[in-house]
Amino acid sequence: MSAAHWRKAMNFTAPSRNWSGGRATAAPRPTTAAPAGPSASVLQAWRHIGLRHVFVLAAVLVYPWVVPSFFTYQIGGQALVLGLIALSLTFLAGYGGMLSLAQMTVAGIAGYIVAILGVSGTPEISLGWPWWLVVVLAVMGGTLAATFIGWLSVRTEGIYTIMITLAIGMAFFYLAQQNYAIFNGFQGFQKVVPPVVLDVDWRSAVPFYYLALFWSLVGYFFVKYLIRAPFGVALQGVRDNARRMSALGYSPVAHRVAAYAVAGLIASIGGVLLVWYNGLITPGSVGTSWMINILIVAVLGGMRHPIGPFIGAVVFVLLQNFAIDLIDRERFNLVIGLVFLVIVLFSPDGLLGWWDRLRDWTTRRLTQARTTTRGNEWRSVSVSQARPLGRP
Amino acid sequence: MNGIAFLRRWFWVWLFGLPLLALAVWGIVDNERLFFATTLNGLTLAALYFLVASGFTLVFGLLRNVNLAHGSLYLLGAYVGWVVGEWSDSWLLAVAAGFLFAALMGLLLQIGVFRYMHGEDLRQTMATIALSIIAADVALWIWGGQIYQFDPPRWIIGSTALPIVGKFATYRLVLLAMAIVIGLALWWFLARTRVGMMIRAGVDDRAMLSASGVNVQMVFAITFAIGAGLAGFAGVVGGTALSIAPGEDTRYLLASLVVVIVGGMGSVSGAALGAVLVGLAEQFGLAYAPTYGVVFTFVIMALVLAFRPHGILGRRT
Repeated sequence: MSAAHWRKAMNFTAPSRNWSGGRATAAPRPTTAAPAGPSASVLQAWRHIGLRHVFVLAAVLVYPWVVPSFFTYQIGGQALVLGLIALSLTFLAGYGGMLSLAQMTVAGIAGYIVAILGVSGTPEISLGWPWWLVVVLAVMGGTLAATFIGWLSVRTEGIYTIMITLAIGMAFFYLAQQNYAIFNGFQGFQKVVPPVVLDVDWRSAVPFYYLALFWSLVGYFFVKYLIRAPFGVALQGVRDNARRMSALGYSPVAHRVAAYAVAGLIASIGGVLLVWYNGLITPGSVGTSWMINILIVAVLGGMRHPIGPFIGAVVFVLLQNFAIDLIDRERFNLVIGLVFLVIVLFSPDGLLGWWDRLRDWTTRRLTQARTTTRGNEWRSVSVSQARPLGRP
Repeated sequence: MNGIAFLRRWFWVWLFGLPLLALAVWGIVDNERLFFATTLNGLTLAALYFLVASGFTLVFGLLRNVNLAHGSLYLLGAYVGWVVGEWSDSWLLAVAAGFLFAALMGLLLQIGVFRYMHGEDLRQTMATIALSIIAADVALWIWGGQIYQFDPPRWIIGSTALPIVGKFATYRLVLLAMAIVIGLALWWFLARTRVGMMIRAGVDDRAMLSASGVNVQMVFAITFAIGAGLAGFAGVVGGTALSIAPGEDTRYLLASLVVVIVGGMGSVSGAALGAVLVGLAEQFGLAYAPTYGVVFTFVIMALVLAFRPHGILGRRT
């Protein structure tokens, strides 16, 4: 059977665990000759950078210099941190097909490790180790916890995952709330601040913004790279059809657990940043409402592209801060619940879905005469589109 | 059942049963009263968990809908029951109101929302999450953050003298009896009535049931109403045993989740078994290792997931 036949066979629309509900992905773009060497692939990577990338990058870099510090810290910093945690969920759910509600738990575990091993307002419990060691251990601990959660939950599929991760996350919340010896119970830890490194106080607005921006960009490009790398492509294959992938010699369980570990790494970094952003960690930070808020952020933005969670986070934070001007402050949950419901009911692909529709509509209007339309970059690659190099 | 599967099943019972038995003997020798009181407490808590989780598992088994608003139905049922109880001064009316209101809400959800998302499991689940956020906030808006207590009839608030344990709240015994009666009624309904047969057929093969001329939407709506109604019923009954306050919704949602994960999703007898395990684990944790109580629950869940991913009585679907 020729490669083209295989490609055709692989593209057969099987019932998938895809987020877009089995919606067909874009037709493979006609690829030119395979890249000959590293320089060619670098060139190809540069070719993907369009005007809008430069524009967005410039905007986020200039942003803190044109807005008051409230916008830099409370809006910008928080949106980036939440976006980073939600990015881990987007990676897991959008590309791995596993909707885990425990990403906030993973972030919270990393945050608790920062508070327990580092310096906090509760010196009886906190050990006061140096910050670099604490951060490394926190990220490692969070990643390990995520791997364990993944190992537990990949035993079941699809809809069960959401229940199991929710139960795990809630169990951690109740543990943190009831246990005073390690987690300091209901009060949690206060005064967990970022260190002063290189004479910069990373707690102040602009440095924290750039710190969060740096890690968000790292996370974003890491996910973007990973979903085109052999592992990411295999993971999407597992999402679309686990049985077929296992027939091809890939291990679905190993890929899923590894995806949990990768997502845990991202969420742990986000968790460290979040505890620094808040300056405290309490059981409330890992409670059900925040576990679900991360889901809302990811779904709001759209799960088909790693930019989604950041868009979702910006909208979420703006709503959180400014919806209270329209209605009572106490009713924020009502607003966010309604927004979430509307998104779930009318736009399963989140705001990116609306953007897609808008763009489809305008391009159809603009280029009705043309016969070909461009491939859609927002969509995730399908298995046939980007296979690991060297595999026939 | 073939011999190997039989042996294997008993192997697990021995593996976990013997150490537990040893611990139980130690507990009895150490403090007889505490042990039996804890057991009884655990069983009454299990009764409450069973009432909540049986509706959850029923809905899941037939509709494949993970109704994460189940805890909200519990809380709303409890609040509405409280309002009716205050207004009519009758606890029995409060129980009926809790059941009917939650059943009505369930019916509206099924007919108004979930029917249009049939087969889209994740979307349905997310819609239930959104609804639970909205419900929790609306409840907070209307009833505020206070703690409400029911006013049950005089004859069930006292205490009953029992051998060994001594005085024990009568209401908890009533709760236990109620759960057993409900469990038996549910079994009778599912096993002996026509609608129950349709529901069981739907759990096994939805498409085939539909093909044999049954109005599946009707069966779905009835199931959802019963499941939701049980949650509201449990809200009033459980709210009487403990109290009603914001946050109870997530607590009972967690309980239902763990109970059905442990017992097996979609199986009512699994829910009973899971409820007993989780209720006992929680109470023994509370009595013998306070502040780590939830860890016991979690360990049970992790063990079950590790060795029987579909629950103790669950079937591979």
